[in-house]
Amino acid sequence: MRKLALDDEILLTVEKPARYIGNEVNAVRKDAGLADIRFCMCFPDVYEIGMSHLGIQILYDMFNKREDVYCERVYSPWPDLHKILKERQIPLFALESQEPVKEFDFLGITIQYEMCYTNILQILDLSRIPLLAKERTKGDPFVIGGGPCVYNPEPLADFFDLFYIGEGETSYDALFDLYKEWKPSGEERSAFLRQAARIPGIYVPSLYQVTYHEDGTIANFAPMEEGIPAKIEKQVVMNLTDSVYPKKPIVPFIKATQDRVVLEIQRGCIRGCRFCQAGMIYRPTREKEVEILKEYAYTMLKNTGHEEISLSSLSSSDYSGLKELVTYLIETFKGKGVNISLPSLRIDAFSLDVMGKVQDIKKSSLTFAPEAGSQRLRDVINKGLTEEVILEGAGEAFEGGWQKVKLYFMLGLPTETVEDQKAIAELANQIAVRYYEIPKEKRNGKCQITISTSFFVPKPFTPFQWANMYPKEHYIDSAKVVNEAVKEQLNRKSIRYNWHEADVTVLEGVLARGDRRLGRVIRCAYEKGCLFDSWSDFFDNEKWMEAFAQTGVDPDFYTLRERSLDEIFPWDFIDAGVTKEFLKREYANALAEKVTKNCRLQCNGCGAGKYQGGVCIENQN
Amino acid sequence: MRIRIKFRKSGVMKFIGHLDIMRYFQKCMRRGGIDIAYSEGFSPHQIMSFAAPLGVGVTSDGEYLDIEVHTTKSSEESIQNLNEVMVEGIEITSYRRLGDSDKKAMSAVAAADYEIRIKEGYEPPKVDYQDVLERFFIKSKEVLISKKTKKSEKIMDLKKLIYDFQIFMEHGQPVFYLKVCTGSTDNLKPELALSAFYEFMGQTFDPFSIQIHRIDVYGEVEGGLVSLGEMGEIIE
Repeated sequence: MRKLALDDEILLTVEKPARYIGNEVNAVRKDAGLADIRFCMCFPDVYEIGMSHLGIQILYDMFNKREDVYCERVYSPWPDLHKILKERQIPLFALESQEPVKEFDFLGITIQYEMCYTNILQILDLSRIPLLAKERTKGDPFVIGGGPCVYNPEPLADFFDLFYIGEGETSYDALFDLYKEWKPSGEERSAFLRQAARIPGIYVPSLYQVTYHEDGTIANFAPMEEGIPAKIEKQVVMNLTDSVYPKKPIVPFIKATQDRVVLEIQRGCIRGCRFCQAGMIYRPTREKEVEILKEYAYTMLKNTGHEEISLSSLSSSDYSGLKELVTYLIETFKGKGVNISLPSLRIDAFSLDVMGKVQDIKKSSLTFAPEAGSQRLRDVINKGLTEEVILEGAGEAFEGGWQKVKLYFMLGLPTETVEDQKAIAELANQIAVRYYEIPKEKRNGKCQITISTSFFVPKPFTPFQWANMYPKEHYIDSAKVVNEAVKEQLNRKSIRYNWHEADVTVLEGVLARGDRRLGRVIRCAYEKGCLFDSWSDFFDNEKWMEAFAQTGVDPDFYTLRERSLDEIFPWDFIDAGVTKEFLKREYANALAEKVTKNCRLQCNGCGAGKYQGGVCIENQN
Repeated sequence: MRIRIKFRKSGVMKFIGHLDIMRYFQKCMRRGGIDIAYSEGFSPHQIMSFAAPLGVGVTSDGEYLDIEVHTTKSSEESIQNLNEVMVEGIEITSYRRLGDSDKKAMSAVAAADYEIRIKEGYEPPKVDYQDVLERFFIKSKEVLISKKTKKSEKIMDLKKLIYDFQIFMEHGQPVFYLKVCTGSTDNLKPELALSAFYEFMGQTFDPFSIQIHRIDVYGEVEGGLVSLGEMGEIIE
């Protein structure tokens, strides 16, 4: 029987002990003594969220395929256990072996959103690994970060030994091989890091120096030694079809957010929405072949016993084999008690037909993400969806029996005016009008339209990376404008409006485009008790503001400035495929309200063409 | 046809609660290739029901679920197929076809028996257990305790709800054996009986100090108690 790191008394006291015991179906068990490299993979949020993340499942599977690597997992202990671990001085442990994280060779942390930064410090702190990379010594693991937030890793530069920029499938083998040479050599940690910095995609922040102008912007960012690359190339898997994919993903005992088989059908997005970081950094769009996806669907359902399968991509409707794949899934699995879930589909005749087959129309709702209320602003953000298309899709859906519609918008977009904000409510009203055009005897009571708005946060490597954000009050006011406008609509009784908090948006904005000087703010906030900042129950803005004041860092510098076109950004040392020239062009197009065509219709010379694959070469030869 | 499956729950699996065990078994049926029947309707679910849910922290040698299948392999093969897809800590020990007259596991439950041991690192009270047991239970006409529910306080007579109560000594430690009334109408949790016993001794009862282990679950057949696992027949 396995020995657990926590005793019965603790496990029977904390909420959901299943978060900490491991032993899940398909979890990998190896003899730790036989592995040359012990890798602890971390998602710095609670188990149920972390377990739902596809990227970790891919890397977990890939690493454990190597005989010389034993990859295990750790997630953020919930505050109830956090307190106990602190009080009783129990070191944080990995789920599989239940052994302390500190004893591992690597601690890999996936960084999916800015609001998990204090949770990263919690993991280090509870593991008893020095928070600052420069204070780590031989017995400590190398702490490596990956995921979308490392497209600007600078706010976290103090805490990580290395970052892996881009898709994990390509460079880890080289890193592991290098580690196996270094480990028995007896050389210093810095010797390993210096070598690792030469592996494509690996960024070692301690080897780079940043100097600043008097106004606070960056004057120079460069490696301190010869042979260390000045530019880090993001990593891309060009043959996605034959790339590794977990056929036996781990199945948690407790219900995770994603309690289903997840089939990744493509990476990247052809649409080029100007606010969307994923749409830029995952270029070029690469599809997986339909045949292999069919095979994966069958094998993964068999190996997990899941009762649901879901397709994953940024825009499933753009996947060229969608019809074939979805038809196959319905025909093969629908009669066998397997549900099919189809997120991120554009609403059209095909998707309505498919959705009618796989879900209960009366209960399910249609989702549109117009992102902006007016056509003018949708042109600014390059969201190709027009009012006509939305009304047509909604109309068809209403005729087909649907009556619930969800609408997603952003507030605080560049160039946004009060008119644009009001247009959100007007669009919702138009949709309701379309519903009530259906004769009374043919419709099913009232329709329900739910508007949700979030506040826009400009992200690195998007055309809006130069854009300014607004003070908190501005966000709250704009939500009020929408709320008032909803109340003025004829069909207000059919419309509901939800909006997000503004405090967290401002902080997210600071961290998203921040620099190295934010490290001390994050640390100070953690020491004040900030944790689980992405959970509104726990987020404590006051403590964060104290942390800024105490460390002498002005948050407004990062949010309220419109950056000049020639400013050196903290993330400029990364080559993400899309060039700065392209992003500038797109920023100018945005301000001119000019739409850019999608990658399939026309190449816009973004820079990702250099990878020679995916959509960039689709219609060639 | 209806099948009754018996399983063991041990080790770290004792931390997985009843609802999650149900979800776990639904997935096991698919992984193990059991030809289970689904309900009608838009979102069909497996026809499956559990007997006497086990509390978190309790281990067991006698857990039961009934399922409805279209076709089935032999008991031996089915047990093997299912055990191949189990995690450490859950083991299938029986797979039998139920007869038409056999009651559903859920409604058949009448009693369950338990072995309760002192966990490592905890000291049991130093008393003459046999003597206390005689005074507390064996020689008493009634043993009244009050059970607090959400709404009210209920007086229960343990004498009627405990079918057997014994204490063995093992390496100088007491091992409590309890067979108690279980089911939807009258239900006695073993820890409640034990806590009353401790109170009678004048000792404070620490629920963390004991490990409860369920031995088996019984149904009432012709006035006697029969293990749920003995109902139905082995499929050759």
